Amino acid sequence: MGKQKLSSKGVQNSGCTKATLWWFYLVAACIKVLLFPSYRSTDFEVHRNWLAVTHSLPLSQWYFDETSPWTLDYPPFFAHFEHFLSMFAHLIDPKIVHLQEGLNYSANTVVYFQRGTVILSDLCLLYGVYRLTRNLDSRKQKLIWLSAIWSPMLFIVDHVHFQYNGFLIGILLISLSYLEEGRDLLGGFFFAVLLCLKHLFAVAAPVYFVYLLRHYCRGGIGRGFTRLLIMGGMVAAVFAAAFGPFFHLGQIQVIRRLFPFGRGLCHAYWAPNFWVFYIMSDKGLAFILRRLGFNVQTPTATFTAGLVGDSSPFSVLPQVTPLVTFMMVLLALSPCLLKAWKDPKPQMISRWVAYAYTCGFLFGWHVHEKASLHFVIPLAIVAVQTLEDAKHYFLLSIVSCYSLFPLLFEAQEYPIKVLLLLLHLILMWSGFSAQFPDGAETARAPTGHHTEKKVDQHKSNGGFVIGWIERMYLVGLVIVEIWGQFLHPLLLGDKLAFAPLMLISIYCALGIMYSWIWQLTFIVKSP
Amino acid sequence: MVKGKETSYTVSVVDGDGNQCCWWWWWLEHKGTTTTFLIVGLFVVLVRAAVSLHSYSGFANPPKFGDYEAQRHWMEITINLPIQEWYRNNTSNDLSYWGLDYPPLTAYQSFIHGLFLGFVHPESVSLVTSRGHESYLGKLLMRWTVLSFDLLIFFPAVLYFVIVRYGQPSRSRKSDIGWHIAMLLLNPCLILIDHGHFQVCSVLTLTVICVVFQYNCISLGFTIGAVAGVLSGKDLVACVLYCLALNHKQVLISDLSMVTLLHMSAYFVPAFFSHLLGKCLRHKHPLFEVSKLGFYVLGTFAAVWWPYLYSKDSILEVLSRLAPFERGIFEDYVANFWCASSIIIKWKRLFTSESLRLLSLIATVITCLPSIDQ
Repeated sequence: MGKQKLSSKGVQNSGCTKATLWWFYLVAACIKVLLFPSYRSTDFEVHRNWLAVTHSLPLSQWYFDETSPWTLDYPPFFAHFEHFLSMFAHLIDPKIVHLQEGLNYSANTVVYFQRGTVILSDLCLLYGVYRLTRNLDSRKQKLIWLSAIWSPMLFIVDHVHFQYNGFLIGILLISLSYLEEGRDLLGGFFFAVLLCLKHLFAVAAPVYFVYLLRHYCRGGIGRGFTRLLIMGGMVAAVFAAAFGPFFHLGQIQVIRRLFPFGRGLCHAYWAPNFWVFYIMSDKGLAFILRRLGFNVQTPTATFTAGLVGDSSPFSVLPQVTPLVTFMMVLLALSPCLLKAWKDPKPQMISRWVAYAYTCGFLFGWHVHEKASLHFVIPLAIVAVQTLEDAKHYFLLSIVSCYSLFPLLFEAQEYPIKVLLLLLHLILMWSGFSAQFPDGAETARAPTGHHTEKKVDQHKSNGGFVIGWIERMYLVGLVIVEIWGQFLHPLLLGDKLAFAPLMLISIYCALGIMYSWIWQLTFIVKSP
Repeated sequence: MVKGKETSYTVSVVDGDGNQCCWWWWWLEHKGTTTTFLIVGLFVVLVRAAVSLHSYSGFANPPKFGDYEAQRHWMEITINLPIQEWYRNNTSNDLSYWGLDYPPLTAYQSFIHGLFLGFVHPESVSLVTSRGHESYLGKLLMRWTVLSFDLLIFFPAVLYFVIVRYGQPSRSRKSDIGWHIAMLLLNPCLILIDHGHFQVCSVLTLTVICVVFQYNCISLGFTIGAVAGVLSGKDLVACVLYCLALNHKQVLISDLSMVTLLHMSAYFVPAFFSHLLGKCLRHKHPLFEVSKLGFYVLGTFAAVWWPYLYSKDSILEVLSRLAPFERGIFEDYVANFWCASSIIIKWKRLFTSESLRLLSLIATVITCLPSIDQ
């Protein structure tokens, strides 16, 4: 390795940094390749079908085709992305992109091809992380790379279950990196592109709007207005490029496909969000009221089910509609929007956007547990800034990763998901411990109500030490897992089969609610 | 941040061009060998678990299938038949169908695993009827047996070795430890052989990953443990561990191509025992030391071979299974001298099997002499 000498913190050779970054990516890619034969969800067939639809049919038919139940329900840019991929798929194995013959095609060619495209599209994430961390000091960089590029959640969702989140989150990170550099137009551009790739990211649109309005369009009425026009024009151009061709053909169908509000409040496996508590309270109240003699109607629909289905039955508490969830998300976002309005600081934008996605996750309609990726990865970027950030991120990433475990329910993936989480845990713990050793700087702002000790800036805070409440909570996670995996089948067999999943949802929801409160407090109390 | 403390954490390993390297271990410098080992260990187990997802040797390939079926068959034999019958040819134990050809320790290991499989998935190890049994659960359980013994024997052996080898490391050696542990545990040959699948396919294509199904980790673990024992001066421990390795797998298995690491326990014998013997002879009472060594060796062998020591016939029965000289001096495409030179000198045509046996023994001994002498 050559001779050793002391170097000052500032000396960084960017060539070596890039080489190290590539090393991170390649090590992850090796594991991802090994995961090729692992369990694939129906999302795999969904994307294969989209390859077939975009390849075999003209543009006008993309959002109308119903050969397969897995119809296109992402915005047009993603359809174009699939179209681009399908050109290579056709070269490798034409059956992949055949509309009828390719249905449920599961030969090695299609598996290797699709899994390979996910790995390659992760280059986008790599670039996003690179842009965001290139000006940080080396140790913080490596910690962030570890948390983002080697995120166990991405392995589980993208490379086993099968999705393209790495690619999309990469674009989000690229957008954030431009905003942090002060290049708002490009930041806005990439965000608009992201919205046309997956509309779920629109939850952060209010934050972007307020921030760009106040930061980009400042400096007097004239200049501000001109800039507003530029930004608005640019966003409109992006949307026009995406949706224009379809609206030109008179296809409002696209919008209907993008927003299937026929689905229920919760996905069949409840995402660990606020509605879990709402549902449990409803059930609890119904139970109590029935005991007290009131006549409470039993709802016809049920929450339990192993398959995706509609579910929105409330016997006691008021019904929740998509509009209600929308209002609640906006309400939760409002303190953040106020802060952004008052003082749009570039260095806070990542936190605000992560907070927006947290609110969307907690209060949104038909949220999938996978959506937790949208706020966990951006939070990884800010996790190294202060000790309290690190502690919060440590807890959040473990809880979110654990909440994804039900996605991989087959036995052969069990050791893999557990090992991914454990490895992540120990890497973060040792990394953060070294980054924030005993006597390091304490948090700038007070923390949420769950943290244990009073952090006094004049005293040593004992470094990266998890408080006893958090420790109990993490131990509880282990207990929940042991119960769900081993004790429940042993003691109760097939009875109450939904109970372990429900328990995981509720328990993880506690952790994510805590994260939301912590983030909110941090944002409100930041200067 | 306290300025004084800050400088102690900015030590970074920099090469001649001023590039920062070995950043990887900057935080491990604050933790001990155990944390390094834990991190590398977890990663390595993850790699093994991921490789286990892939197909195994002989998958859907009747009538003989592959090494996976061999291991499964040994579990079937050992849990269903009495111990004396394990190496004997009879109606339930047809030696031509993957008969046991490793020493008794492998048989005991198969027995333990067979008990586990028999408890969870009995149809995979039922006598005769389970031949060619392939199922999702069966594969999972078999993979877990390999992984469990890997963790129980190989990993501790490597940790023991590293601790002994590096003692109390200085800061700069800690990164060496990390890399050394990673190199030992991430040996691709071992992972491919043990955790992948078994048969060597003649064409390595993108769609087929050919790896092996075996339990080499056990004997390799014992061997590494023995090396560590020698390094730490615990010769008798080393001696016992090495004997256990020998009793698990005895010879070069030449029916695997594209793989260079296998275990060659018997080929280490000259090196091992000449080292230990040499050490004994330097002691004040050499005869006593040599007899202590001999006692431990004999004791270990006796303990392992105990069920077969009741008659000369039974010992010979087992030994004949362990030395399959009828297979020839080399098989398939093994990367050694005999195979390579056979392109020019057709050994199998020029000499009989017996003379080739003698030739290879002489050649091996001659080439080992320098290390024995040292």
